Amino acid sequence: MARFRLAVRIVPRKGLLDPQGKAVSDALHTLGFDEVGAVHVGRYILIETSADDALAAGERVKEMCRKLLANPVTEDFEVESAVPA
Amino acid sequence: MKFGIVTFPGSNCDYDAYHAVTEILGEEAVYLWHKDHDLQNADVIVLPGGFSYGDYLRAGAIARFSPIMQEVAAHAKAGGPVLGVCNGFQILCEAHLLPGALMRNASLQFVSAPVFLRVENNHTLFTNLYESSEVLKIPVAHGDGRYYAAPEVLDALEAGDRVIFRYADASGNISADANPNGSERNIAGIINEQGNVLGLMPHPERACSPLLGSEDGVRLLESILSRVAA
Repeated sequence: MARFRLAVRIVPRKGLLDPQGKAVSDALHTLGFDEVGAVHVGRYILIETSADDALAAGERVKEMCRKLLANPVTEDFEVESAVPA
Repeated sequence: MKFGIVTFPGSNCDYDAYHAVTEILGEEAVYLWHKDHDLQNADVIVLPGGFSYGDYLRAGAIARFSPIMQEVAAHAKAGGPVLGVCNGFQILCEAHLLPGALMRNASLQFVSAPVFLRVENNHTLFTNLYESSEVLKIPVAHGDGRYYAAPEVLDALEAGDRVIFRYADASGNISADANPNGSERNIAGIINEQGNVLGLMPHPERACSPLLGSEDGVRLLESILSRVAA
């Protein structure tokens, strides 16, 4: 077993109303960042864990996402590849 | 009849529910601790409002894995009545005992106000003492109350008469203006397929006395009494 660190990115599912993202986009426009289009606000989670290898660590974290970290009804997740912790 | 009211760390309407059951309804109630595995032979389980586990991650996401929730899920599967109010509704959705999810209010603001609800189905365990299409005045107090489910799930809920309450105006008209949080199709409360698990964002336990501005919540609790043999 080795220690790994993985990052999980959780974002609102595309097409769903994202009032937080809209509010941030509006604020950026107010500040003069006229080039900004859609903005989405999600969560970024860092996890330190143990596994036989990086691939296995990634699979476990995906399972964590499906069970707890992301809501399958409203959110999508992406697990970044594991790096040694 | 015995009501079991679950207390999670961060629950804040457990006492309101206890008061409504014992003082208004005159029935027995016990608090159930989230770490316990014992429903203490309660006939009806109430998941109260509040901010269980600080709403960390998502409202209801962590409470769902509490030891007591395993027993609540078993009670629900066996046909036992479960009422989830506000945070309790969020927990029921996270636990997949009800479909869909409660998302951040479209306004991004916490809404604490009396609202009007239209009774969409008065043939349930929880609504049999209301009139069909009756308009109720019941308060809401939430920041994450926007009900969302995929369109096909919403269609199935409607086809099965499982939308129990919708946000309406004082005359019972369903409109965007009457929707305090941007919920899909003005949905305020839904029931499971078996008809024994109800979740709603508004607080019937806070509408149990003229002193509180409304007594419209009392009949929800009385409906359960009239259906379930003690």
